[in-house]
Amino acid sequence: MPDMHRGMSLIDAQGMSIRYDGTDVLQGVDFAIEPGEIVTVVGPNGSGKSTLIKALLGVLKPSSGQITRKPGLRIGYVPQKLALDRSLPLTVARFLSLPERQSKAVIVRVLERVGAAGLQDQQLATLSGGQLQRVLLARALLVAPDILILDEPTQGLDQPGVADFYRLIEQLRQEIGCAVLMVSHDLHVVMSASDRVICLNGHVCCEGTPHVVRAAPEYRALFGHGTGGALALYQHEHDHEHNHDHNHNHNHDSGHRH
Amino acid sequence: MLDDFLIRALLAGIGVALAAGPLGAFVVWRRMAYFGDATAHAAILGVALAIGFQTSILAGTLAVALAMALAVSALVERGHAMDATLGVLSHAALAIGLVAFSLIRGPRVDLNVFLFGDILAVGRMDLAVIWTGALLIVGLLVWRWQALLTATLNEELATSAGINPRRERLVLTLALAVVVAVSIKVVGALLIGALLIIPAAAARGFARSPEGMALIAVVIGSLASVGGLGLSWVADTPAGPSIVSAAAAIYLLSLVLPSSLSR
Repeated sequence: MPDMHRGMSLIDAQGMSIRYDGTDVLQGVDFAIEPGEIVTVVGPNGSGKSTLIKALLGVLKPSSGQITRKPGLRIGYVPQKLALDRSLPLTVARFLSLPERQSKAVIVRVLERVGAAGLQDQQLATLSGGQLQRVLLARALLVAPDILILDEPTQGLDQPGVADFYRLIEQLRQEIGCAVLMVSHDLHVVMSASDRVICLNGHVCCEGTPHVVRAAPEYRALFGHGTGGALALYQHEHDHEHNHDHNHNHNHDSGHRH
Repeated sequence: MLDDFLIRALLAGIGVALAAGPLGAFVVWRRMAYFGDATAHAAILGVALAIGFQTSILAGTLAVALAMALAVSALVERGHAMDATLGVLSHAALAIGLVAFSLIRGPRVDLNVFLFGDILAVGRMDLAVIWTGALLIVGLLVWRWQALLTATLNEELATSAGINPRRERLVLTLALAVVVAVSIKVVGALLIGALLIIPAAAARGFARSPEGMALIAVVIGSLASVGGLGLSWVADTPAGPSIVSAAAAIYLLSLVLPSSLSR
């Protein structure tokens, strides 16, 4: 549900290009996200999804164009993964106290909220993929974010795990009213939860509601190509509920990677 | 009390351990081991230049170590294949430093002092330098601690929280150069890297938090100083290498002890 009173966008990128190692990873991207919106960015590997996120966060500087962030914007960022060196001993509670120290009560509460209750004294390195994902989300919530930015948050989760995680994100969005920007290649699940989908492949191929994007020829060209009917599977999954599609998904996945 | 050279040596060792503990922890966490070596090796060139231009050795080592650390840091940022590059820089700095040393005309200086340290010859002035440097580094690290840890974990995450990872990297680079400059007299350029890494690595087995690991590294570094100096006293071995050997022994213990304690 995007806010009706459209004031200033939370983040607004105009004609943004990002050059990395001599090649343009992104070219002339216009992107804006409004308060309360859920936007999903989809695109094949190497399409510049993570680069877009890094630029919006301010890690990468655009080689042309510009990015404006709303003054005082609070970003809750959920990284794709944490390259946790085993040489660094870190409990969940200590991790949640970075970079701002948090009281024990706050930590217990936020872990409960994301369905990771009781994990505070565990070492970060011993968590399962799903647990770590929730802890990363908990940390992002602690800043009372205006926008949650999630970079492929469901990698390594199984199908029910992915569904649970997205349900949680949707609930949180409703509670906090924050915008959500998500990068994903779990196309079907994400698309149903999004207000807007942006299909990326070095530039914005197409953009709109999930329905519009799914019908767009650019999207079909990108995701329909060489996947041998995988596109039909999305339709199929979307029209019926997700109950008998596990195998199809694996097909779709492997069909994509090459 | 400071009249006794052994006491001075001990205080020098503990001073270095105080700075090397927390800084070494970051070196281990960020996998900067080679980075420490390159910076330390560059210090030899700094010593040669300082003697050649008749300026203070501290200033010379500090300047060249800092230049090297900044150069390496810039290369890391550009994403160069670091392994080989660091190897080249590290060994080249050492070799060029040794060549420069041989070319110096003037007062004869014992190269061994700077390669292996001469902790037993530490004077009051050296002590003042070591402790000033160590306290500066500890102050810097404590001040930046939360931001440094966040940037070490994940640079994007740090940026999203308003932390500049480049600035934090610069803090570590600066601290590394200072540690090299003030501790060259204690363990020598060849073994400074060891004093950074071994106590921190040994502390890992006993620690459950980053702060714990830094503190335990200080304790282990200090114990290694005491043990090494003791060994040097009893067996008449060179002090710097003896301290590093003691640290290595503690590291070995740390591999065995924590698991047997918890059993």
